Formats: sequence, structure tokens, C-alpha cells
Amino acid sequence: MLKIVEGGLQTTVQDAGRFGWYHIGMPPAGAMDQFSFRVGNILVGNGDDAAALEITFAGPVMETTEEAVVAVTGADLSVYLNDTRVPQWVAHRVRQGDRIACGEVERGVRAYFCVSGGITIPSLLGSRSTYLLARFGGVEGRRLLAGDLLPVGPLRPEAEALIGRTVPSRFLPRLQREVGLRIIMGLCSYRLTEESVEEFLRAKWEVSTEADRVGYRLRGPEFRFKDREPPFGAGSDASNVVDVGYPVGSVQVPGGQEAILLMRDAVTGGGYATIGTAIQCDIDLLAQASPGSKVRFRAMDIDDAMQARHDYRARIAEIAQSLSLFDRVGLLGQ
Amino acid sequence: MDTRYDYGGDEFIFVDFDIEMSLEVNFRVLSVCQEIERQRIDGVIEVCPANTSYLVHYEPEKIEPRRLMRVLRDIERDAQHIESLDSRLVDIPVLYDDPWTKECAKNFADRHQDASVSNLEYLMAINGYSSKEEFIAAHSGTPYWVSMIGFVPGTAWCFQMVSRDRAIQAPKYVRPRTDTPERAVSHGGVFVAIYPVRGPGGYQLLGMTPVPIYDPTGSLVDLRERYILALAGDRWKLRPIDMDEFHSIRAEVEAGTYRYKTVVQKFEPAEYFRDPNRYLKRLQREAGEC
Repeated sequence: MLKIVEGGLQTTVQDAGRFGWYHIGMPPAGAMDQFSFRVGNILVGNGDDAAALEITFAGPVMETTEEAVVAVTGADLSVYLNDTRVPQWVAHRVRQGDRIACGEVERGVRAYFCVSGGITIPSLLGSRSTYLLARFGGVEGRRLLAGDLLPVGPLRPEAEALIGRTVPSRFLPRLQREVGLRIIMGLCSYRLTEESVEEFLRAKWEVSTEADRVGYRLRGPEFRFKDREPPFGAGSDASNVVDVGYPVGSVQVPGGQEAILLMRDAVTGGGYATIGTAIQCDIDLLAQASPGSKVRFRAMDIDDAMQARHDYRARIAEIAQSLSLFDRVGLLGQ
Repeated sequence: MDTRYDYGGDEFIFVDFDIEMSLEVNFRVLSVCQEIERQRIDGVIEVCPANTSYLVHYEPEKIEPRRLMRVLRDIERDAQHIESLDSRLVDIPVLYDDPWTKECAKNFADRHQDASVSNLEYLMAINGYSSKEEFIAAHSGTPYWVSMIGFVPGTAWCFQMVSRDRAIQAPKYVRPRTDTPERAVSHGGVFVAIYPVRGPGGYQLLGMTPVPIYDPTGSLVDLRERYILALAGDRWKLRPIDMDEFHSIRAEVEAGTYRYKTVVQKFEPAEYFRDPNRYLKRLQREAGEC
């Protein structure tokens, strides 16, 4: 078991996500920075589906009731094991009664606390992820609070073999205050003038303080729309369309005043024009961009997106390989 | 217009049949989505029907995006008009002009077009109704077709099955509210929506239903499997109730004993279009008490 002594600012149970329920309005949820989450799981010998803790801005204090292997990845923050500061991106052994204290995030936004065996709370619709907005999954659909007790899966010998292993620094996310997002333009971008589309791609956008698991509001130049007679059912505003489904990662432009990029707790549909969709692996980068960070978009086509996707997966497989003592197929699958 | 096929990033495909809302197009969306589901295409995670469009969520490692696009075009080309589908008539009790949503509207008066009247009175006026009774009778008289589900779990876009000239329309708030009570019954554009959970929103607030449309706790037996009430192709009948009935239904909900009043019927679009009013009245009669 993992005992929560202090919950931190917003610590939630997350895994790879809940898929197949978008049609009822249920977004995938899951770790916002899937790269750091996956690498954390690899470090402690878990499969892709193991649940971990997502730490936001300021971390929790926890106690373990049994021996385990743990690792903290993602955003930079201080991690203390009892009274000793320990490095991130490293597999550490913890014993019964050990205290793990995570401090405030210094760079990035979200860190992942992964434990061998995973957090084994019951799974709902195929996932343990917490979806805060609709109070679904996780621990009562909420952030963790002092007193919560989380069950943890068994410690297996292959996890113990990883103790002390470190993710080589060349693989670590750069956590910069300026991120580039690759996007496939389209969806309802026909509502914008061509100049407005160009300006969107040229501009430097700023992450506002309204940036959470649902979506990131980005500030930048105002959008300009083509003139039209509103179609029946769309609504009178130039940015309104007859309500459509919103892909995870899509950018919408309510009122033309701002751009909202939908993250992994996305609202699944609505009546604002969407103008394109960031590729899934780049959501990881935005998830680590704190308010005030700058964002630039780069348009690409589906073939380049497939290449980017392939490279991302290859990089995770390479990390798994570099960490494994033996070339174990179990860690390399997926 | 020609159907538009587009990539929603690297995991979604967006297919848009029309920019204008109509039941004809929504039936077409449902027919295509049913066929996609029926074919169980390897790599397709799910299909999400919307009012005039749909999204497919897929794994590009299992099906190449360009290939999936071709498969979807073929399905559209071969899709037949739906002859009949199972459609539930669902009773939705509504306390119109309730105190809670009126209080909420007051708190966000600065974001509304006309804060001197309630949202219900505002809709009455802009849609040409002279009394609340008349407006409520029109708003609840004809059932609504659930043409899309989403936003947050359980939100259903409900499109009243009336001719265009009789459709009640409403602008959204000038700026969205940051808060709306759970189960608020609202109207935006040509759609009615009930808020499944407390949260932000921009639709005009007209009333409150005592019955949840989303239940993450599993306390109501009818919502235990899917957590939400709405199914694509539902018809929701809003039924005006008074405060006493509101409280007695609330008591049943809180005790976990409430059962939704639903009747499954065969719905035939062709029959509907032949004479919408007569067809809906016939279904209502056949459904009996519901």
C-alpha cells in the first residue's frame, strides 16, 4: 500500500487512458505527458497499462507499507527518500515505512511517480485514470488527499533487477519555456480567412493561466472569419458551427479571441469551429508548458505525422532497451 | 454539399456531411456509423456520431490512415437509408422556471443579452410567445431527437422534431458562465441540453430535471452499465412537472429506487417524413403512458 500523508496541489491516479468511450462524452484522461509516464513505468519494470501518480506543480508526501521499486519522471522537482534527496529518472528501492516527499516543480508542470506493480485501485471502463471534471475513475474521481490508501501490485524480480538504473540524459524531455507543436490543419478551418490561417501558423502563442487537463487557452492574434449567412442550427457567432466532435488535441477558436487546445480530459464535442489537431505525441510537450510559456505551431500532413509517431515510439523502445539488463521482449512489446 | 473527409491529427478522422442541421442528415450519420460498427474494422477504436458529422478514433499502427479514409468513403457510398431503427421514447420530467437556475442566471447577469428578464422570459420574447404557459407547451409538446452525445459524459444534444419555422432558437450567453447547476435544462441554438454535472456553460437556463442523466456512482440500476442515460437515436419527451413532483422524484433518486420511464419503439424515418406530426402522435399513443 501507498499511504498519502499530504496530497500535494493536484495529484491524481493516471494510466495510459480510457479508450472506446469517447462516443458517450468520456475523454481518455490518462497521463498528460505520456512519454514521461511510460518511461517511468519502464524504469520500475511495469507494462504500459500500470497506473501511476500524476503530480501537478507541487508534490505529495507518501509512505510505503512494503518494499517496492519507485521512480519519479517528468517535470523537475525535488524528491526526498526519508531525509536524502534522490535523483529523478532513476529506479530506487523503498522499504516498509519509508517516506517519499516530492517538492515544488522547478521546471515543467507534471511529474510521474511510478511504483513497481502499479497502483491497483479498481479499474472503471478499462482504466484507472482519474477524470476530474465528471468525477470518474481514480480515487472517487478526485485528487488525492491526506489519508488515502492506495493498493500497489506485487514487486517482481524483474523490477528489483532495475534498481539503480538511470534513463540516459539524451532521452530526457527538454522542458523548455518555448515549445513547437506539430499540427494537421483542417476540420472547420474553412471558417477562417486564408490570412488568418497563415497568421495562426506564424504567431508566437502564450499559454494562459487557464490551462488544465481539459484544455490549454492560448493567447495570440485575433482570428478573422469568412463572411457567411449562419447555417440553420449553427448559432449566430462567426465562430459557431453545428456542433461537431472535437478530437483530442484539436484547436478551437471560440469568438475568435483565443485558441483552446484540448488535452486528454477534452470535452468531446461542441459548437465552436475547430481549425486543426496537434499530433498526439506533441500533447506531451504542451502538458509540460507552464503559464507564460510560448507555443508555435508547424503544419504537417498525415505522412509526416505518421513518421513523427513512429519516431516517438522508436525512442521509447530504445529507452526500454538501454535500461534492460537482458534484451527482454516483455519490456519492448508496444 | 459534398461530404468532407479530414484528418483530426494522427488518430482521428472527421467526416462532415453538411453544415446545416437537419434530421435527414442526422439519420444519414447514424446509418453510416452503424455500418462502420457492423464491419468491425481492425484498428478502429470507436465511431462517434454527431449532429451532421462523425469522428472515428483509430490506431494507425493497425490501419493505415489513407486506407481507413478509403474504407469510410466506400461505406458512405454503399450506405442505405435506414428503414427502421430501435429508438427509445424517454420521459424527462422538467420543473420549468425553477428557483435554482433563475438564481444561477442572476449570478451571471453581466454575461447575458438581457438581464432584466429571466432566461425563460427572454426566449419567450425572442421566439414570439406571449405567455410562459404557451412557451412551455411548445417547448415540451413535441419530443426531441438525441442527435449527438458528448461534451462531458451524458450530455445529449436534443433536437425538437418540429418543422424549421416552429423551431425554438436561442443565442448562447454573450460570455459563458463559469458555473451551472447539475441537471439544469437549457437551450442553445436549436438544441436543448441538460447539464450532467455542475460546471461552466453558455446555454440559456429554462428549468431543472430531478433525474440524473449521468451517474458515476452506480446508484441507479438503469445507469449502471454505461453511466449515462442517453443513447443515439433516443427521443426525449420533456414533461412539465410541479415542485411537489420534483421533490418526490428526487426522493426516489436519492433512495436509489428511481426507474426511468422508457419505451423502445421501431422508428421509421420514411414514415416520419411522410407526416411528422401524425407519425409522432401515433408513436406516442402506442407508447401509452410514457
